[in-house]
Amino acid sequence: MGAAVIVKGLKKTFNLRHSHSMKETLVWLAKGRKGDLTKKFDALHDVSFEIQPGETVALLGFNGSGKSTLLKLISGVILPDQGTVRTKGRVAGLIEVGAGFHPDLSGRENVYLNAAILGMTEQEIQEKFDDIVAFSEIEQFIDTEVKFYSSGMFLRLAFAVAVHTQPDIFLVDEILAVGDEPFQRKCLAKIKQLSDEGRTLVVVSHDLDMISRICDRGVVLSSGTVQFEGPADQAVAWLRERN
Amino acid sequence: MSNSTDTYAVPGVGAGLLDVYRRRYLLKLIVRKELRVRYRGSVLGLAWSYVKPLVQYVVLFFALGIVLRVGDQIPNYALYMFSGVIVINFFSEAFSNATRSIVSNAALVKKIYLPRELFPVASVWVAAVHFLPQLIVLLAAALLSGWHPDIMQLFGALLGFVIVAVTATGLGLLAGAINVFFRDAENIVDMLMMIVTWTSPVLYDWTMIRRLAAPWVLTIYQLNPITVAVELFHWAFWYPTVNQPVELPPHLLVTGFIGLGMAALFLVIGQIVFRRLEGHFAQEV
Ligand SMILES: Nc1ncnc2c1ncn2[C@@H]1O[C@H](COP(=O)(O)OP(=O)(O)O)[C@@H](O)[C@H]1O
Ligand SMILES: [Mg+2]
Repeated sequence: MGAAVIVKGLKKTFNLRHSHSMKETLVWLAKGRKGDLTKKFDALHDVSFEIQPGETVALLGFNGSGKSTLLKLISGVILPDQGTVRTKGRVAGLIEVGAGFHPDLSGRENVYLNAAILGMTEQEIQEKFDDIVAFSEIEQFIDTEVKFYSSGMFLRLAFAVAVHTQPDIFLVDEILAVGDEPFQRKCLAKIKQLSDEGRTLVVVSHDLDMISRICDRGVVLSSGTVQFEGPADQAVAWLRERN
Repeated sequence: MSNSTDTYAVPGVGAGLLDVYRRRYLLKLIVRKELRVRYRGSVLGLAWSYVKPLVQYVVLFFALGIVLRVGDQIPNYALYMFSGVIVINFFSEAFSNATRSIVSNAALVKKIYLPRELFPVASVWVAAVHFLPQLIVLLAAALLSGWHPDIMQLFGALLGFVIVAVTATGLGLLAGAINVFFRDAENIVDMLMMIVTWTSPVLYDWTMIRRLAAPWVLTIYQLNPITVAVELFHWAFWYPTVNQPVELPPHLLVTGFIGLGMAALFLVIGQIVFRRLEGHFAQEV
């Protein structure tokens, strides 16, 4: 039984200025590729760590330090420029509000679409549909197009779908913050329950008290590199010292 | 999706078109989503796709028959043209929507992983859904003209449909991937579609090309998979209604299989290029 997530020598480079025009590119080629067509920027470099099955790990760091980028690499939305990511089992992520939702479809249709994207079969979705809606507590709006949803309602539905896919690895970005107090508590209870069931969790949050309460371990990122790795309360203390 | 927990997966790397087949249910939901979004707020909805081909048929019948008198050269000209026109309609809708599919689904592509080949393939399915009403109008018109096809001709129609669907999928994967990086691709495709419409024997017949061009030009002309499909449709839907002698292009089934081979080649090239570029879709789209 090895690690649930293995990240090795990860490097991710983004283009800062995007060029979608063939003309600009042709001019650049004609000028003998002088200069950079796009400005490049390393969002992550030389990031390595492992997460054991059943662990709850916090990713910490200031805005722009690369936390969301790392989650996206683990979920497979983007691919690394160098290094490798390996995961074991079904992965579900709550990385951005509204991810995997289509604005012109109703909440109901989006539950089906989102759950199918996360790998559920038609039958599984039908069986769990009522539970998903009940968990989200937005029964009343389930047939409304989601473009009329508030970000909190989005979160409710997305969280409900994601936890019902029974993920082995569950990735949660800062978005929990957009939920109201009672729903945040409900989410935290669910996260604890998933963790008790032996599932692996990776959580990003700026609520440091919550982190030291629910997480086993913390990984602190700064400018795209790992600065500290250790028990959650030590990671939080490390971060607080530099605040 | 396998739920095995003892092998490592590489996130974000799928099996391409094979994944589309494995995840048919998701494909179905995406096709349904495209149709829902397309007909949102429309009273007639999908019924529009019946109205449009009917009008197109009537226009062809009057404009070309009565005004331009094409009927003097091609018997049952309206049926001749309509059977070719619906092939072109299918191809251009499938190809141009597949070209736009990754960019227009940016909301999904950027934020969550799913096999991205699903989008071009779904575009081709949506075009096929719109093709069905056109086929029904064509069948009705053919039956009114005393259509009595044999089994080989029906097979020819099926072959023609498959050629167009595979070609559109292959070229759609190619152009759809390129379009993420250079939005010029969609304009180039629109221009290509105009060329294809006029270079296929839709509004004239192949003997007119034979009169104008050298034999080798004619051969190349006839190897274009879309031309192949158009001729197969003529053979299936128009030829059985004609009771005077007309000259069909030679070796229709042989060119049909060559066309299928070309379509398969486009599919392979499209898939390879798509896989090469896919890794950067989420961050560039
Ligand atoms: N698609 C992208 N294109 C260009 N730059 C990006 C892209 N995604 C993220 N970045 C940059 O990468 C850095 C890290 O971002 P992110 O991982 O979202 O940080 P965090 O979640 O820790 O706040 C930021 O500077 C951000 O601007
Ligand atoms: Mg972030």
